[in-house]
Amino acid sequence: MPVHPLTIQNMTVAYEKKPVLRDISFQVPEGKLIGIVGPNGAGKSTLIKAALELIPKLSGDAAIYGKPYAEQRKLVGYVPQRESVDWDFPTNALDVVAMGRYGHLGWFKRPGGVEKKLAMACLAKVGMSEFAGRQISQLSGGQQQRIFLARALAQDAKLYFMDEPFVGVDAATEKAIITLLNELKMQGKTVLVVHHDLATVQEYFDWLMLLNVELIAFGPTEQTFTADKLQQAYGGKLTMLDRDGQSALITSGR
Amino acid sequence: MSDWMTVFADPNVQWILFGCMLLGLSSGVIGSFAYLRKQSLMGDALAHAALPGVCIAFMLSGSKSIALFLIGAAVAGTAATFGIGYITRHTRIKQDAALAIVLSTFFGLGIVLLTQIQHSGNGNQSGLDKFLFGQAATMMQNDVWIMAIISLVLIGISTLLFKEFKLLSFDPGFARGIGYPVAFLDQLIMFLLVVAVVAGIQAVGVVLMAALLITPAVSARYWTERLGFMVALSGMFGALSGLAGTFISSTGNNLPTGPLIVLVATAVFFFSVLAAPRRGILSKLLLRASARSQARQEQVILQAVRREQDR
Amino acid sequence: MSTLWIILTGALVASTCGIVGCFLVLRRMAMIGDAISHSVLPGIVIAFLISGSRDSLFMLLGAAVLGLVTVFLIQLFHQSGVQSDASIGVVFTALFAVGVVLVSMYTKHIDLDLDCVLYGEIAYVPWNTIQLAGIDIGPKAVWGVGLALLLTILLISVFYKQFKLCSFDPALAAAVGIPVALFHYLLMGLVSVSTVASFESVGAILVVGMLVVPPAAAYLLTERLSRMIVYSVVIGCFSSVLGYYAAHLLDASIAGCMISVAGVIFLLALLFSPGHGIVFRKWNRRQQLSS
Repeated sequence: MPVHPLTIQNMTVAYEKKPVLRDISFQVPEGKLIGIVGPNGAGKSTLIKAALELIPKLSGDAAIYGKPYAEQRKLVGYVPQRESVDWDFPTNALDVVAMGRYGHLGWFKRPGGVEKKLAMACLAKVGMSEFAGRQISQLSGGQQQRIFLARALAQDAKLYFMDEPFVGVDAATEKAIITLLNELKMQGKTVLVVHHDLATVQEYFDWLMLLNVELIAFGPTEQTFTADKLQQAYGGKLTMLDRDGQSALITSGR
Repeated sequence: MSDWMTVFADPNVQWILFGCMLLGLSSGVIGSFAYLRKQSLMGDALAHAALPGVCIAFMLSGSKSIALFLIGAAVAGTAATFGIGYITRHTRIKQDAALAIVLSTFFGLGIVLLTQIQHSGNGNQSGLDKFLFGQAATMMQNDVWIMAIISLVLIGISTLLFKEFKLLSFDPGFARGIGYPVAFLDQLIMFLLVVAVVAGIQAVGVVLMAALLITPAVSARYWTERLGFMVALSGMFGALSGLAGTFISSTGNNLPTGPLIVLVATAVFFFSVLAAPRRGILSKLLLRASARSQARQEQVILQAVRREQDR
Repeated sequence: MSTLWIILTGALVASTCGIVGCFLVLRRMAMIGDAISHSVLPGIVIAFLISGSRDSLFMLLGAAVLGLVTVFLIQLFHQSGVQSDASIGVVFTALFAVGVVLVSMYTKHIDLDLDCVLYGEIAYVPWNTIQLAGIDIGPKAVWGVGLALLLTILLISVFYKQFKLCSFDPALAAAVGIPVALFHYLLMGLVSVSTVASFESVGAILVVGMLVVPPAAAYLLTERLSRMIVYSVVIGCFSSVLGYYAAHLLDASIAGCMISVAGVIFLLALLFSPGHGIVFRKWNRRQQLSS
């Protein structure tokens, strides 16, 4: 039996009193591009952070390829939300991408020529080669997001976690990112993406997780992206419009 | 027993008690706005920045007039607020660094001026460092009257402009959108802060003045989620600290008033951290324990249900 | 000779603080130096009361312990929901108040001058020397601050990538397995050590200033962290040299002049920095408008 890239068992996470995630269990299949959707406060980012042991769990277990995360760090790539860092930091694009190698370098080794070359290659993959020397505050939102993506590529992982990579980026970047994610999938890598735009879910992801504190549904998109399951995840906040045979979805309220 | 009763009977001590209470009250009120605007350390920076103003006032006048010192301190403090605002608005330097820059350069400049005064052989400069370290015990009836007027003005303005200050602290962008003179209100709050600092320095000193602006406000935040109540509570905590600190100091153990006021305020803070409902450590621990047991119970039930379904 | 010693001490303080300060400015913790330099007072007094001597070693130890206690308390209150700057403010003023009360409680029996402890005078550095096997090996301050500088350079250069990533993106740092909390306390420990080693001999205000003003000026001049650190050190050293001669000229406080010079350099960077200076930005905007 193959080992799953990510196995979560009976995981509960709570800030203060209210559980943000309640008794979540699932197994992620290998080589899939997986979207995680749900309303605000559904615990999407929390799920990623808890899996990466960035925040404590109340109960339950998370395993990466069958082992605790601490032993498998090198197999995992992580793209945090873009606003989580200070873009005025005095450093350039290439340097940020090279940070993706820091975990592999260990305690004392410094990034050198090899890391630089790899970082350049990753920058090229996201179409940002000519911006290598650019100070990061002078990049647009979409370019900053590409840099973060390149950094995750530099981590050279088998399992990727991406927290809202499509927020605040232009259409061209969005397309470039999704192309890249599909390439990763072709290479047999597993990608989990926190996403908020229901209109593009069917186009982007082959597997889907519906989350609202509890796990509502997890499976191939065609089986999970259904009206009743979405209703269940979003409650009364969802209006569905069927237009031109395509279902476009509008979330109303918060 | 009769020992501490005599404290209250002494008219001098009465004035000091009254003065410190007012100081605590007004700095508590204005401090809570500073706290909500994430400018808690502004008071610290402004208190340090007053030094060159005091020195220049002394150099220009050659006299040890408290009124001139106050004016000099207020001018320097206002200049400091402009400096801090300018640096944060026009460069990528964040507020904390701007505060520290202004604090240290103004204070450094003040020390240069202070040594100039000392070396110029001016005999009566000794009042300057007393001014900086603060001596509540020397507070006179006149000082207390000034104090009373200042507190009245501070509290009056805070009450009148309460809703403006509230919006400004919460969402300055929106305030600008609906046509508030944000820059003016911003500078007004700063100015009130300067006034509170300048009024307090001679009583409790530079460093401890910062505490009167921060500690009551932080303590008050623990008890309530409503701004109006928080401001009132913060003022109350400040007044209480002023009273209790002065009282302990004047019961004859010869301890300085300023630090005692701060220590009382800190005690109130510790009590708030521990015992406040919802935000306090004790109630959080209780909540967490109950959440944990609740989560466990839910899990047991869920698993039972699942087993039931699997069957 | 004494001129050399004073300038050297100033430059050593400026270098130590300039390196550590860059990380403080980038992590938005610039006021922590101010806080530590005040809150070590009770540590110094307690060390003095226990040891009964004005021996620097005991005082340093007391101060260092209180420095770490300060950092720990700030972190504790911050985690329990107090804004970080307010948490700094509460902690250092409270500890300072304890210190002042201790001083005034025991001030009759001992000879511990508050001004001298807090606002040490760099002009006296050359006369406070260390004797080793009967030979005068130079001022104590030079040795103390020099050791702090060595420690700083050693730690920052060995763990440069960790300090950098923890400052830029702590979430990723934690995710790739860097012990973020350890490096936080390591940095804070360095701040404590540099503050404590410096301020007894040169005064708290010089330390607070050198921790922030040169790094902030450097921050406006470059886009690379490594260069920012170098610039910061250079600006700090330059300020101490120029400040010393300015003080000589004006017959004023040496530490005050050093800070004032650093302040002037910051002002120049603020106005005329090629990338971030206000004058150049205005000029560029005008150029764009006219074209």
